[in-house]
Amino acid sequence: MTIQDIQNEIIDEFSMFDDWEERYQYMIDLGKDLPLIEEQYKTESNIIKGCQSKVWVHAEMKDDKIAFTADSDAIITKGIIAILIRAFSDQHPKDIIDADTDFIDKIGLKEHLSPTRANGLVSMVKQLKMYAIAYQTQLN
Amino acid sequence: MFNVLDIRKDFPILSRKVNGKSLVYFDNAATSQTPQQVIDTIVDYYSNYNANIHRGVHTLSQEATDLYEQARHKIQAHFNAKFSHEIILTSGTTHSINLVANGFSSLLKKGDEIIVSALEHHSNIVPWQMLCERTGGILKVIPMNEDGELVMSDFDNLLSENTKLVFVNHISNALGTINPIEYIIEKAHQVGAAVLIDGAQACPHIKPDVQALDVDFYVASAHKMCGPTGVGMLYGKETWLKKLPPYQGGGEMIAEVTFEKTTYADLPHKFEAGTPNIAGGIVFGTAIDYMNSIGFDAIATYENDLLDYATEKLLAIDGLKIYGTSKNKTSVISFNLENIHPYDVGTILDKLGIAVRTGHHCAQPIMDFYKIPGTVRASFSFYNTKEEIDILVEGVRKAKMMLS
Repeated sequence: MTIQDIQNEIIDEFSMFDDWEERYQYMIDLGKDLPLIEEQYKTESNIIKGCQSKVWVHAEMKDDKIAFTADSDAIITKGIIAILIRAFSDQHPKDIIDADTDFIDKIGLKEHLSPTRANGLVSMVKQLKMYAIAYQTQLN
Repeated sequence: MFNVLDIRKDFPILSRKVNGKSLVYFDNAATSQTPQQVIDTIVDYYSNYNANIHRGVHTLSQEATDLYEQARHKIQAHFNAKFSHEIILTSGTTHSINLVANGFSSLLKKGDEIIVSALEHHSNIVPWQMLCERTGGILKVIPMNEDGELVMSDFDNLLSENTKLVFVNHISNALGTINPIEYIIEKAHQVGAAVLIDGAQACPHIKPDVQALDVDFYVASAHKMCGPTGVGMLYGKETWLKKLPPYQGGGEMIAEVTFEKTTYADLPHKFEAGTPNIAGGIVFGTAIDYMNSIGFDAIATYENDLLDYATEKLLAIDGLKIYGTSKNKTSVISFNLENIHPYDVGTILDKLGIAVRTGHHCAQPIMDFYKIPGTVRASFSFYNTKEEIDILVEGVRKAKMMLS
């Protein structure tokens, strides 16, 4: 599936919910299913700066595609990163670089998009894209 | 007579909605809300008096200068300073602290010691670290105990003839502990050290008397006392303020300028370079008038009642732990739910219209002491109600249910 397909799928899932409580509960559950980062990658250098909670992200190249794993000490943050990873993991670097993130707005989590927001969703997206740029450079 | 429902009518923001819910504002330790009287004074200033001060011959400038200096007198009276020129108007507590720290860099020599407390806000640690780097001074720290109180026996042992300055907050921003500043001032003076007290968290709750305290420097911010942001004050004993060199160069702070030499203006203008926050200074005076019209005794009694009520209700939640359990504390509750990140709790509370602070509250050493990433901090003001505390408690229960 393309990033766009996955994002549409996520939008569909979230459209079933009537209120914030159901959306957040779903996000919390997604956080619990996050592909967990291996303990050895939970290092200081893998922490994303700009988040009030700790977020670790690890990227690996497999068959020209990037696989992301992550963890956070806060469950809502974990849910947000789980959604991002679902959209961006196992994709070609170039597609990750080109992808937009409008779907966050469409699933009713717009408030997390503000660059000043303490959870640093913007920092997370930036970090995933940075990995993609780094791997793309290697491929070239 | 103290009537919270009447008081709430003074604060327009308290009737707004957040995320579709009535706002419950419990982030008062970060900034207090603004009463209509203060808002009106800002509008009045810009509508009728706006001019630059201390230098104009025209009527507007004279009137604005008079209002600004009246505010200084109000602040002097409020803190019971001996002279109005002992009140320096600054951009806030951080500015005030940096002004003193910078001044001491010319007074400190290698090996001189500065004592700070383990309960300090970052803004209170960094200027002293920078000062020590510049001068070769040594920074010593008064440790804290499990209740979030400073260990006074350790403080006694830190004091020596090398101690030149002691710096402690009157009340901890992260935990609400009221520190024994009378004792600290007395002991520090016995070894000839100066004392600077950060009153940012105290002034919304307590009316300090700087002469009775015999404190050398005392600092505060207007925005935690129902005033505007971007203005605060430094009280310094006249003898100390005369000793310290100017902090910033610019207009207002000079007496005479030639290319060979500049002579500095008298106090307080020596420390007030450039055009100040004129409206802010004037309105700081209005905010102090407002708080005094309610009365600090009434405020303390009411807020203590809120604190007791909230403590009891929150502790009834299974797995909730309060950090900062001193008997001497103001209406601040820092807490966590077992195995739940404070950020998650804060996010859910926000969805319910409840404003709290989460994180390390710019006091990372305290969080390190408790080995936690941060806390949820609810801080109550005299315009809050028990009904709002009930909403908070229900919100915390809901957060716990969703996040467990």
